[in-house]
Amino acid sequence: MLDDFMVRAFLAGLGLALVSAPLGCFVVWRRMAYFGEATAHAAMLGVALSLAIETDVFFGALIFAIIMAWLTTQLSGRNYAMDTLLGVFSHSFLAVGLVIVSFISGVRIDLMAYLFGDILAVSKSDLSVIWVGTLVVLGLIIWRWKPLFLTTLNEELSYASGFNPKREQLFLTIALGITVAVSIKVVGVLLITAMLIIPAASARNIARDPEIMVLTAGIFSCISVILGLRSSYVFDTPPGPTIVCVALAIFIALNLVSTLRRLKL
Amino acid sequence: MRRKASVTHVQSWCNSSMALITINQLTVAYSGVVALKNVSLQIGAGEIVTIVGPNGSGKTSLLKAIIGAIAPQEGNVEVKSGLKIGYVPQRLNLDPTLPISVGRFMRLTENVTKRECKQALEQAGVSEIMDKQMSELSGGQLQRVLLARALLGSPEILILDEATQGLDQPGAAEFYKQIEKLREETGCAILMISHDLHVVMSASDRVICLNGHICCSGTPQAVAATPEYKELFGADTDGALALYRHNHDHKHDHNHDKSADITEATH
Repeated sequence: MLDDFMVRAFLAGLGLALVSAPLGCFVVWRRMAYFGEATAHAAMLGVALSLAIETDVFFGALIFAIIMAWLTTQLSGRNYAMDTLLGVFSHSFLAVGLVIVSFISGVRIDLMAYLFGDILAVSKSDLSVIWVGTLVVLGLIIWRWKPLFLTTLNEELSYASGFNPKREQLFLTIALGITVAVSIKVVGVLLITAMLIIPAASARNIARDPEIMVLTAGIFSCISVILGLRSSYVFDTPPGPTIVCVALAIFIALNLVSTLRRLKL
Repeated sequence: MRRKASVTHVQSWCNSSMALITINQLTVAYSGVVALKNVSLQIGAGEIVTIVGPNGSGKTSLLKAIIGAIAPQEGNVEVKSGLKIGYVPQRLNLDPTLPISVGRFMRLTENVTKRECKQALEQAGVSEIMDKQMSELSGGQLQRVLLARALLGSPEILILDEATQGLDQPGAAEFYKQIEKLREETGCAILMISHDLHVVMSASDRVICLNGHICCSGTPQAVAATPEYKELFGADTDGALALYRHNHDHKHDHNHDKSADITEATH
């Protein structure tokens, strides 16, 4: 079964859907959209260095995603605002990454595969990396759910309840790093944020509870992957962007419905 | 990473038998800049203590040191062993994309039944809003929900950080009355942090005037009379204090403005 590239693509996509939905909810709740984007861009430098030393891109991407996130949280508030630092690191990491890739000779590297993903080329070992990453992140979020959620609402409240918001922030950073690393093969560096934010934003129209919002986001994410892959096969379009287009269609449809409902009332 | 803050929380029974929280010569600094210097302070069971001070006077640092969110440079904070603290934050980072009902929010930290939640909400002066979304609440309702959440688990001390920010003056006065009532009903101590001098004063057993260090402390009347206080907050606060003392005597309805209040207060 796993020998079929379409089956592998579906499984990889579903893994990404399950990991990006709960994390995406935290990203929108904490207004970290740009943070997610910057982390993803920074991962490109990790990809480039991994290719240069001929190892798996997963760990390179993971390490640089976390370094970037850590650097910005450490440096922000001193001389520069958070979004300034994110802008500096995000784009320079991406640029340096692309320059390094151009130096690597001998190996022909398809850059597009890392910028936009190549879900149809997912191998069995990629698949296992993606699913291990997914399970680790899901486990982390379920384990730390309450403190993560409290920290999102108010840091002092989290302290007063006996948690350490700094540590929870670190967990979230690691989870984001892993998510970015597993997403690179599937949707690529440039579209990861879309998979984090669009399903979560769609779910907000329906959910009245945080857990329900996470579940709904997960369902929308899975639907986007399944329909997106199917349509990319039928219409011969690039799979990563097609998945994001389906997610966007769900977002627009739900917002139209809720706007119409409000107008009637 | 910073040193784990809770380490500095010395748990002890000794020292003073009745004190819930004892602060010994606390000094707090952020990358070399001293926010609090040599602050010593005790809070006993059932006391209402108000800490007032202008912006940047170290109010928030003091509060953070008490709940263990920052590690002191020098000195320490001793908390009675097993002390139950009910913390009322200043505000929540409630992004519009975050769906959560009042009932669900109440049950985030404590394992409590729906009935206990309802009871706490009633104690805090709001009821019938269990199923509302947090984002739909008014400023006053949100403050009361935060208070109600802190009441769950029967705390021995309530800590309120600028709890009346965003409330208008009558709203704030009403909120403080609720707090006093709570103290009478439950006997829990109350530590309030405020720059809202107009209404806070006479509800307190003790007022501590903070400006990097403790400038003066004592009963509301005594503090208001000190030159240090007048220098910090200006002499024109006299009228406002009168307003509150007056307010405290009998109940007002909500629909009057500030100027009407002051004329009443001066007769």
